[in-house]
Amino acid sequence: MRLANIFQLGVKELRVLLRNVMLLLLIAYSFSLQVYTASRAMPESLNRAPIAIVDEDRSAISDRIASAFYLPYFVEPKLISPSEMDSRMDEGLDTFALDIPPNFQRDLLAGRSPTIQLNIDATRMTQAFTGGGYVQSIVSGEVSEFLARHRAETQLPVGLDLRARFNPELNKRWFGAINELIGAITMLSVILTGAALIREREHGTIEHLLVMPVSAFEIMVGKLWSMGLVVLVAASFCLIVVVQGLLAVPIHGSMLLFLAAAALDIFAMTCLGMFLAIVAGSMPQFALLVMMVLIPLQLLSGGVTPRESMPEIIRIIMLAAPTTHFVMLSQAVLFRGAGVAVVWPQLVALLAIGVALFTFSLNRFRRFLG
Amino acid sequence: MKSGAPPEPVVRLQGVCQSYRAVAALQDITLDIPPGCVVGLIGPDGVGKSSLLSLVAGSRVIQRGSITVLGGDMADAAHRRRTCPRIAYMPQGLGKNLYPSLSVFDNVDFFGRLFGLDRQERDRRIGALLESTGLAPFADRRVANLSGGMKQKLGLCCALIHDPDLLILDEPTTGIDPLSRKQFWELIERIRANRGGMSVIVATAYMEEAARFDWLVALDRGRVLATGTPAELLARTGAADLDAAFIALLPAEASQGHEAVVRPAPLPVADGEPAIEAEHLTKRFGDFTAVDDVSFRIARGEIFGFLGSNGCGKTTTMKMLTGLLPASAGQVRLFGREVDPRDIQIRRRVGYMSQAFSLYSELTVRQNLELHARLFALPEAGIPARITEVAQQFDLIEQMDALPDELPLGIRQRLSLAVAMIHSPDILILDEPTSGVDPVARDNFWRILIELSRRDGVTIFVSTHFMNEAERCDRISLMHAGKVLVSDTPEAIVASRAAPTLEAAFIRYLEDAAGDTSRNATPAPLLVGASTHAAAGATRLLFDPRRMLAYTKRESVELLRDPIRATLATIGSLLLMFVIGYGINMDVEKLSFAVLDQDDTAISRDYALQLAGSRYFTEKAPLTGYADMDQRMERGEISLALEIPPGFARNLAHGRNVTVGAWIDGAMPTRAETVRGYVEGMHSTWLAQKAREAYGKAADQRDFQMEIRYRYNPDVRSLDAIAPAIIPMLLLMIPAMLAVLSVVREKELGSITNFYVTPVTRMEFLLGKQIPYVALGMLNFLLLTAFAVYGFQVPFTGSFTAFAAAAFLYVVIATSMGFFLSTFMRSQIAAIFATVLLTMIPASQYSGLIDPVSSLEGAGAFIGQIYPATYFVIISRGVFSKALGFHDLWGAFVPLLITVPVVIGLSVAFLRKQAR
Repeated sequence: MRLANIFQLGVKELRVLLRNVMLLLLIAYSFSLQVYTASRAMPESLNRAPIAIVDEDRSAISDRIASAFYLPYFVEPKLISPSEMDSRMDEGLDTFALDIPPNFQRDLLAGRSPTIQLNIDATRMTQAFTGGGYVQSIVSGEVSEFLARHRAETQLPVGLDLRARFNPELNKRWFGAINELIGAITMLSVILTGAALIREREHGTIEHLLVMPVSAFEIMVGKLWSMGLVVLVAASFCLIVVVQGLLAVPIHGSMLLFLAAAALDIFAMTCLGMFLAIVAGSMPQFALLVMMVLIPLQLLSGGVTPRESMPEIIRIIMLAAPTTHFVMLSQAVLFRGAGVAVVWPQLVALLAIGVALFTFSLNRFRRFLG
Repeated sequence: MKSGAPPEPVVRLQGVCQSYRAVAALQDITLDIPPGCVVGLIGPDGVGKSSLLSLVAGSRVIQRGSITVLGGDMADAAHRRRTCPRIAYMPQGLGKNLYPSLSVFDNVDFFGRLFGLDRQERDRRIGALLESTGLAPFADRRVANLSGGMKQKLGLCCALIHDPDLLILDEPTTGIDPLSRKQFWELIERIRANRGGMSVIVATAYMEEAARFDWLVALDRGRVLATGTPAELLARTGAADLDAAFIALLPAEASQGHEAVVRPAPLPVADGEPAIEAEHLTKRFGDFTAVDDVSFRIARGEIFGFLGSNGCGKTTTMKMLTGLLPASAGQVRLFGREVDPRDIQIRRRVGYMSQAFSLYSELTVRQNLELHARLFALPEAGIPARITEVAQQFDLIEQMDALPDELPLGIRQRLSLAVAMIHSPDILILDEPTSGVDPVARDNFWRILIELSRRDGVTIFVSTHFMNEAERCDRISLMHAGKVLVSDTPEAIVASRAAPTLEAAFIRYLEDAAGDTSRNATPAPLLVGASTHAAAGATRLLFDPRRMLAYTKRESVELLRDPIRATLATIGSLLLMFVIGYGINMDVEKLSFAVLDQDDTAISRDYALQLAGSRYFTEKAPLTGYADMDQRMERGEISLALEIPPGFARNLAHGRNVTVGAWIDGAMPTRAETVRGYVEGMHSTWLAQKAREAYGKAADQRDFQMEIRYRYNPDVRSLDAIAPAIIPMLLLMIPAMLAVLSVVREKELGSITNFYVTPVTRMEFLLGKQIPYVALGMLNFLLLTAFAVYGFQVPFTGSFTAFAAAAFLYVVIATSMGFFLSTFMRSQIAAIFATVLLTMIPASQYSGLIDPVSSLEGAGAFIGQIYPATYFVIISRGVFSKALGFHDLWGAFVPLLITVPVVIGLSVAFLRKQAR
């Protein structure tokens, strides 16, 4: 009987959702175009970095350096005058400006160790770090080659063989696509469930449910499974058609394990949505709370910037967020090909967070109605 | 009506047709409504009364035919603008066009401002209106805390504030108690006496009211059945009263099966425990006592009527009976069992119908019935038959596949009843079940109730404002101000006051109980139309700051009354800034790595130490082999594995080529890139150091030097780079969200009608709503900037004036974007969703927060280029880190300046001034 109620209440949610054409369109959008566009737009760690060169030497070596910067890492360098350099950087047109001093080649050949100046716009942290290193090694490479015939080898014969595992080209789009998918799952699970609950209260329908032989538990679970199902179906579609198909991201791990974990994540996220709805009470307050929660979830769960670089306190706080665990898990499962033996702590964490939020919401449910 | 040449009709309809989806609401209506009198629109539910009134009021787009109101065509926007200050429209539903979080006074005041009345005039009129409707003592109470009837009165006050020439009332007295109803019509009479020319068009379900009107229009199924004075209609049908006359006017098939309701035989004296028993029931909300020590015992099978003035605590009592509300004191027992909100079993025996419609408007009639049948666990096989049965009982067969929103109030009420009875409960608790239901349907409904009571022994607890219904009850209770005044059979009550009718007895009881109310009912100073023309002159302006400010004021008051929202919007964004500022950190530190040292010599350990000693890396337990490496990398335990080959030191000493292997976890590319950079740097430093040791000073001589200047952020602090970019993100999302909800909420809850039927222009509406949110946004801006400077210690080097000016433009854009979105959204859920999707994602991904816009590709790059946040990020970074001002940043101001009129223009263009 109880199961039948939960089933009926869920079917009701699905029917209500079907009537909201705009909402359906938005769901479809966020799991297809949104993921696709965001993943395609995502630059390689160094992609089309804008660079300008102030060539005060106009020598063979300076030409050689200028022609060493090319797509996709750098846009074709703009050759500018020294006076333009500051204004262009102020306007944010260039991230890098390389100043080759007069008589650079002459001094170089004479072994006077001349100085090249590299200006980096350090407000653009992502490019500043990796790009700075690239520029340095490109310039050194060109200079060494140029000098190769003039100098004896004084380097030690130790090579460094650097290889990236799981994503050899360090293609940001791979994880970018998954990260977008996780973002869409988070957003939808929270908003669909939470807003559906508040809507019932604002329209008085929940009061009606409560005079029937239906418990708060059944009402909540009815919402959880139905909204969760919608998100899970959409997410599976997105993973298979958009991520694997259109974006051609190679998936090493078990899709089934990932989807099972996604189901757990969705459970935890829908519980979070319900929790927020119960805390908020009205739709505008809920909307603001959603913003307060979604942004940190999006930016701090380890998908956009690595967890390692976050302060200890934030890392600990973010352990309470289901997405953090889900991001860890999806990296492990989809790219490192990890199995249950590896990711079980994340699975347990997702379940525990979901259950905790659910229990809290259930206890506060009646007060929420009053 | 005077004799002589017929005066120009106030409203003329010609061939008007209106349909919603496939359902025709009005079919070819041609009608002239005479001016200067009270015209009643009567007819069963769903015959198009409401559609007709909303068309006349100009709140809906006319589909076919023409409607002339006050001498002009209502399809013409210019005429609508000219005449709407002369029309007042009060839509159906309990206070649907009111603002629940505002006080009574604020609501009326808002309407006064919309019609351009000055302060003095407003205060005078509001005083008079509240006084004469008896709402004066409640002027400061929030509308959310008013009873249904009080809301109706307040709706009337709001409609009358601008002294209209044409007053359109859609079932204004539905759900109002007899005393208030009497006062209501007295009020209308007084106003009309004072302003001779005013025409009133009323749709009503009360035939006794209709009998007092000057002229009646009987409608049926979208067509006009008959018109004329009440006397003419009575004469034409030869009926004794209008109820009967109306039924006689109906085509044969509609009135078929109708027979007068007979008073049920007296209930045999039942013994055994009562069905419902309340003892000293009390409910307090704060210091307000809604229900005060109420006791009653109701026998099985009894029909118990619950009457009382509006707001006297009837609904609260009923909610306590169902267990929806816990009692503050006292007890309720159903069939001898104490009501416990957690007791599922007892709910199966109770059917409850709430006052406001509370079924799912997205489910069809059939789906609603099915859902409830299943939730009550009726046997699956019997459900279709049961649904057909109740659908027939309540005459819902034709509407089975319609959505409740498309149905008129009366049919929705019947649906609610059908739902309450679907599981054949033993007790029915019905809160004003027949409000808004037409006479035929009401009689049918009562026949069912009587049958249930007498045949099946169902106990019925029903509240009503219809006296003829009260007379059919076995016993009735009169309630006032939380107390039961009297509880007895209808006859005994009439006798006790020696009154001619139950209604008269009821009014006397109420007047006695509330001495002050009757004093308030004495004619208050009347409204004078003297300054109307001045006001009307002002309303003709295309843009009137007063009307705009009316919305500003209302929106601000709502915002202030909801401190949680304002706090979340300000303090919340600070919190977000804090979390994100510290959280997004580009300085990668403490990366875990492990070494597979197959050489294990002093040299190889020295190499590994190079990494372990830096602050960027933390060394984990050494790797034991390739399997161990695979496993630990898979688990994500280490992000870097170093492999030093056997013979490393020996080969190095002999100058033979050796290669160190480094595996980076590439699952997270940003981190991998950083690791790669570090490892390469470390490697070459180590080499240089070894070379120095091997070849002496000569090797130290570098070919050239590279001097790196980290500009704008010499310490390369992540926070200095991130904080200025977070401000644009937060300043976009929160104002946009608040703005979008402020409009969509009005759409969802119904108060958008005020925008449709008042002289407010689209521009005034949007700008008026925008002002408080822009102000809030600017406050937010100041807080965020202060926090960045004083909290995060981000140096602010440029022009603050330039920054503030840009922030102002930007907040205007953010709120306008919200309004633009709101023109497409009907539900708040979709609105929240769309706003998150269209602000958070572009602002955090395509606007240069993390990756510069110039480095994006494809559609993302295009979005980044046209998205306003991009330019505000440039300005923000410019003034924070680059010491720039207006002069240097004008290039980023131009796109913002262009966006403002574009987004506002689009919002105005897409906003509809009428419903479809």
